[in-house]
Amino acid sequence: MELHEFTLKQQLDGLRNSTFSSVELTQNYLKRIKSKDPSINSYITVTEELALKQAEDADDRYSKGKALTLDGIPIAHKDIFCTEDVLTTCGSKMLSNFKAPYSSTVVSKLFDQGVVMLGKTNMDEFAMGSSNETSFFGEVKNPWNLDYVPGGSSGGSAACVSARLASAATATDTGGSIRQPAALCGLTGIKPTYGRVSRYGMIAFASSLDQGGVLARTAEDAAILLANMSGHDPKDSTSLNIEVPDYPKEISNDISGLKIGLPKEFFEQEMPDYVRKSTEEAIEVYKDLGAEIEEISFPNIDLSLPVYYVLAPAECSANLSRYDGVRYGFRCEEPKNLEDLYMRTRSEGFGAEVKRRILIGTYALSAGYYDAYYLKAQKCRRLIANDFTEAFKSVDVILSPTTPGTSFKAGDKKNDPIDMYLQDIFTIPANLAGLPGISFPCGSYNGLPLGLQLVGNSLEEGKLLSAAHHFQEVTNWHKESPEL
Amino acid sequence: MSLSDKELKEIAYLARINIDENSFPALKGQLDQILGLFEKLNSANTDDIEAMSHPLNLSQPTRKDEVTEINQREKMQESAPLVQSGLFLVPKVIEGEN
Repeated sequence: MELHEFTLKQQLDGLRNSTFSSVELTQNYLKRIKSKDPSINSYITVTEELALKQAEDADDRYSKGKALTLDGIPIAHKDIFCTEDVLTTCGSKMLSNFKAPYSSTVVSKLFDQGVVMLGKTNMDEFAMGSSNETSFFGEVKNPWNLDYVPGGSSGGSAACVSARLASAATATDTGGSIRQPAALCGLTGIKPTYGRVSRYGMIAFASSLDQGGVLARTAEDAAILLANMSGHDPKDSTSLNIEVPDYPKEISNDISGLKIGLPKEFFEQEMPDYVRKSTEEAIEVYKDLGAEIEEISFPNIDLSLPVYYVLAPAECSANLSRYDGVRYGFRCEEPKNLEDLYMRTRSEGFGAEVKRRILIGTYALSAGYYDAYYLKAQKCRRLIANDFTEAFKSVDVILSPTTPGTSFKAGDKKNDPIDMYLQDIFTIPANLAGLPGISFPCGSYNGLPLGLQLVGNSLEEGKLLSAAHHFQEVTNWHKESPEL
Repeated sequence: MSLSDKELKEIAYLARINIDENSFPALKGQLDQILGLFEKLNSANTDDIEAMSHPLNLSQPTRKDEVTEINQREKMQESAPLVQSGLFLVPKVIEGEN
């Protein structure tokens, strides 16, 4: 077996037993990136020199018996996480020349545990998109079929892990940007509870919804990485000061008697037969594992999409007002005056989808519409959160498909924003309520993977990871990999 | 719900984004579709419902007023488009002699 075929856990065991070195492992990935990534475009920046230096340091620590928790594991970071002195673009022309002056907490924490950074992954511009077609650095292809999209916005992170161009990758999820690409690329992706992972140095899109997480091959790998990324950070005022459980240990917890809720409104949505069939088969797997299935109701679920598309653009229009061409990033050529500098920098620096969302957000927050849209959406957000509170009185986790179907062809939804937004219909509710959600492979159709989603109550990542891990112990969907 | 040209221009100016007038019809079509999506919110009864701005019911944490960052002006300005003597340069905003 080649080194990139091992899971992160197996690689960690191999490094600890000196079966191979981190330099060998890292070189294997770097070589693979050179030969495979030109057709996938999952990386914006490959940090070869830094990666090899970090790998040498890791090997040195192993030889001295002073290895760190994740020493020598090569991963990729979504290009939304600031990395000191390394290009950090957020997929935008606006930041196409931006070298971050500091590292995000997520990146620092992983560096502190010996993780090797292979590079920074491609993404939808400012994390706005579900197909990775809005990046200034070009579209990312789905490794399962290069005519199809990898999902978004963490499409580069998903494509690179799926193509075995990194052991795992960091990612972020505002409305489904970890779980939807996980589903479309055949991976395990977890978005933790809001506040579990620090947002310091994670470029902001919609601050009350954004949350960092992981894209990995297995629930076990995701548990290992998440345990090392989570925790309180005084630099993020929304970071939770609550102890992080031992996720890698929690995945083995018994799941017999686990109460799984099926929201009837989700299953009343129009969806292709193959999605329904795969989901029903997954439910049977859980029954065999001793779980109890219960139908539940989400009366306000229909409000999720409109609430999200008021609140996320409103928050984005405020967050993105900082890009003015003065302190960092792109500036237009020869501005006539200060006003012209602002106007042209923003018009030339942002892509079409980002501008659309800024305009929608500005409108929703403008005088005369604030109450009708923004305030109303915040009240409806509470109704959706209340539906979850009610549901968790009787069940442990909530099961649904992750997406309404497998991946779609590049270009198919590019000019139809609403159709694109519907990609996130099953994932958005968890963001609105700040709850953890996981997606993992549960089937395939025409050679493209499909994902199953579980949403848990606040801070119950361990329960989600364990439910996914037990599923993966008795199924093989997560072991399949694309032929490249 | 549909946007007039005048409204679109006003919003674009508030957001400091130039929109080419040729792209007005296509953009308006897309924005109208998105605004149409919002109509569904009107069907929800939100009397006595408190607005939810945030998923966490936490109070704002406070800390001692201490200096935590060192001065790194040069490093912070490395990515700036135009800098002189530690200052960010922008086109002249005050008219005067020279």
